Amino acid sequence: MGDCNETLRELERFLDQELASDARHAVQNHLDACLDCLSAFDFHAELKIVISEKLRHEQVPDGLRARIEQCFGELTDDD
Amino acid sequence: MADRATFTDQAMQYMPQLYAAAVRMTRNPADAEDLVQETYLKAYRSFATFEEGSNLRAWLYRILTNTFINRYRAKQRRPDETELDDVEDLYLYRRIGGLEAALASRSAEDQLMDLFTDDEVKHALEVLPESFRLPVLLADVEGFSYKEIAEMMEIPIGTVMSRLHRGRKAMHKQLYDFAVLRGLVEAPTEVPAATATAARTER
Repeated sequence: MGDCNETLRELERFLDQELASDARHAVQNHLDACLDCLSAFDFHAELKIVISEKLRHEQVPDGLRARIEQCFGELTDDD
Repeated sequence: MADRATFTDQAMQYMPQLYAAAVRMTRNPADAEDLVQETYLKAYRSFATFEEGSNLRAWLYRILTNTFINRYRAKQRRPDETELDDVEDLYLYRRIGGLEAALASRSAEDQLMDLFTDDEVKHALEVLPESFRLPVLLADVEGFSYKEIAEMMEIPIGTVMSRLHRGRKAMHKQLYDFAVLRGLVEAPTEVPAATATAARTER
């Protein structure tokens, strides 16, 4: 099992699911035994969800879909 | 892909998310509309090059990102690579990570959800220079892999990782500054990490 510094260095890659399975297991083993690191990982996992949730919605302007589809129609007519 | 009607059906389902991403990129609804429209026109013209069975959503985001970079980079005077202050690792966690321990009945996610307004989170992302804003948006909001982001932005994977790391920290610091500004957390004094951690472990 790696130490805290090694584990925290992998925090982002772990949460981004970018670690190969060996490295992933090493982090997981450490987290199973270390509440301090687990707490830091939990916090960032939750923060990531919150940020994503708050940034993914935007009211689509009226008529944008229609304008795009109209352009498609004009392009098709040009063929 | 078989025909244009199929393309239209399948591609248009992603329009609301592409529009939201475009607003984050351009920081401006009018430019975002133009960007999305241009993205769909390019996609429509080149849909013959789209490999059926590959990821349509990633393909559309690649066009969106490319179009944004080509169209708006020329306008940007500032070469922004060095514009981000270095922020220490775990900046936000060390300062507010213990908050949820105080209210054990609520999940940290609910707390963080209420702690920051939508506008604050949007602002925290939108103040990031473009080269940091794009990777954070593509990874944390859109959920793309480092490899996909590297392809979309045409930069090495290592660059994606370092920009994500720095961009996220700068964004977290901005969020902390908002929390301080609104009096939600105490102004920076000493780092309460040890206390916070101790409280957590008792759960």
